[in-house]
Amino acid sequence: MGLESALGEGYLTTTLDALIGWARKNSLWPMPMGVSCCAIELMSAGDPRHDISRYGMEVMRFSPRQSDVMIVAGTVTYKMAKVVRKIYDQMAEPRWVIAMGACASSGGMFRSYSVVQGIDLFVPVDVYAAGCPPRPENLFNALLVLQKKISSSSVLEYRNSKESLIVT
Amino acid sequence: MNLHLEQLVNTLRERFGDAVEDVVDFRDDVIVTVHRDIIVEAATLLRDNPECPFPLCEDVFGIDAFTEKKRFEVNYRFFSLEKNERVHLKVRVDEDDAVVPSITDVFPCAGWYEREAWDMIGVTFSGHPDLRRIYMPEDYEYFPLRKDFPLMGVSGSIPLPKRG
Repeated sequence: MGLESALGEGYLTTTLDALIGWARKNSLWPMPMGVSCCAIELMSAGDPRHDISRYGMEVMRFSPRQSDVMIVAGTVTYKMAKVVRKIYDQMAEPRWVIAMGACASSGGMFRSYSVVQGIDLFVPVDVYAAGCPPRPENLFNALLVLQKKISSSSVLEYRNSKESLIVT
Repeated sequence: MNLHLEQLVNTLRERFGDAVEDVVDFRDDVIVTVHRDIIVEAATLLRDNPECPFPLCEDVFGIDAFTEKKRFEVNYRFFSLEKNERVHLKVRVDEDDAVVPSITDVFPCAGWYEREAWDMIGVTFSGHPDLRRIYMPEDYEYFPLRKDFPLMGVSGSIPLPKRG
């Protein structure tokens, strides 16, 4: 019943970009960088009702070395910025970042001396999820947009793709 | 003001005389302004007096009054578990000489509260065993809750990692 028997003696042709992109986008392991209340919505995104595992993203990895996408959920202060950056630096490439919620995207309502006005000031962000906090559905939307971005970008031009920004 | 607190204020007045500068009774909150030289003794008296002991220091915080002559206030909140009473002590200091004796010898829990007041307002607590910043980075140069501090902070004062 395996793929072998279905294909028989035949073979498939594809491009490397399509194959690697397909593999990458369907096994995104998130690094839950929960720093305030958006992390609650991130947690409920992982519950059975929302069933994040249908996208292959249920494996929350608390080690940056095993994760592919960092979901920054919450208000990042200047003191915390160094920690977030350190964790981002520890992640193996290819790596992606989702700014979840208003605070991570722009500082949100905290227009203040202690809060970084958007995490894109110190890490490259791939997808911004709007909301305060975003519902799990919107987080999934951000993840699906990220999947599209991964599957449509060239493997060799991964670093260049860090420049383009998408807002969901 | 009820009987317990009235007695307490009288005891403070008898003991310290003119060093008790002002007593305000506002909506059942009794606020006693004292001179900074007697704050440690006043806190000791509140803790140890047998009639209405205040064994709990709930909070210590700084206030920037800005336009007034003695610019900074340090407020102390005490709670009596036995009588279910609260009392505030208040000390006012000038900007040029913003030093208040620490009450950590009397209430060890005040250590972190005083660190917060120093971090945010910039009032120094003499005799504090470990007066470091508690919220802001160690090498920060400003006091963010002063009224003349810009709301968005001083740009570049806390470096961010490079985006790279």
